Amino acid sequence: MIGARLFMFLSPLGERLGEGVRRPLTLPLPLAGERSLRRMLCLLVLLFALPALAVEPAEVLQDRALETRAREIGRSLRCVVCQNQSIDDSSAEVARDMRRAVRERLTAGDSDGDIFAFMVARYGDYVLLKPPFRAGTLVLWLGAPLLLLVAGGALLVAARRSRAQPVAAPKPLDEEERRRLDALLKD
Amino acid sequence: MRRLLFVLPLLTLALMAGFFAWSLTSGRDPASIGSVAAGRPAPKLDLPALRPGDPPLTDADLRTGKPVIVNFFASWCTPCLAEHPLFTRLGEREGAAIVGIAWKNKRDDALPWLKKLGDPYKLAGLDLDGKTGLDWGLSGVPETYLIDGSGIVRRHFRGPITERDLNETILPFLKGAVK
Repeated sequence: MIGARLFMFLSPLGERLGEGVRRPLTLPLPLAGERSLRRMLCLLVLLFALPALAVEPAEVLQDRALETRAREIGRSLRCVVCQNQSIDDSSAEVARDMRRAVRERLTAGDSDGDIFAFMVARYGDYVLLKPPFRAGTLVLWLGAPLLLLVAGGALLVAARRSRAQPVAAPKPLDEEERRRLDALLKD
Repeated sequence: MRRLLFVLPLLTLALMAGFFAWSLTSGRDPASIGSVAAGRPAPKLDLPALRPGDPPLTDADLRTGKPVIVNFFASWCTPCLAEHPLFTRLGEREGAAIVGIAWKNKRDDALPWLKKLGDPYKLAGLDLDGKTGLDWGLSGVPETYLIDGSGIVRRHFRGPITERDLNETILPFLKGAVK
């Protein structure tokens, strides 16, 4: 049972907690020794492992170059039933069909552009995770930079104006004020 | 200038309120993924028949000069169960030509399902691997396409059709009122 052994922790005091006893991430202490440290590192690696892609082994093409291209295309195609997942990330039925279609088209000799066109013809621009630049998406592409420009411009104008009108030097204290200040300072 | 700055927050609020009011009342569905099928010729249809002994489905079945309804369904799909009575009504009472396509559904599952609920389909095909579904821009089941006599897709419903769809769109379409 490798799994159970991995979870054999040492408490911060160094005593063994026994197999299967889980502690919420105990840090390895010098007492724990090198072997435990290695176990801990293994565990950390497992904890921070990246989520696996939904691409199933049976789908993977024999040709490495084609498979690399398929992955690149798959990353920029949206699964149509999962709002914001690429078809490579989704295990939905439709996503699997789309992955298979991408590989079939690639094997048939289509270019990347052909494959994107193939998908857009069926699902529209929605299928592209990166929307195309055209009249309908102008606000999407230019809205944020435009807003940044406007805000930056306003800031610049405001800064210029405040520099042009320096704050007037305060009037010197009059007799009455000086007497009050002296009284306050004396206290 | 100064007065404009005071009005700016109010203006922003009014703009947002306007957008929200429009979103709530216009019937806009932000989750809708839209469809590019409507207005285009029906995609390729070349499928084996679902019912043993029937001839296979071909493009010619969608170009008969009369409106055709194409419905993708599956026995494992609950919304399909919900919309099924509407298709029964369309087929039996309205005499609509309905083509049913079992999507990712084994024949042994789809046929008993239809036997139990009633079979409203004039023609029925089997798309076991979902390839035809992909060509039709299908995102899942159920989805329904209204195709006119010349083979042009006029409407594409994603999800189950409702009584309202039936009364407001499908029945007028069958009578030739929807273009």
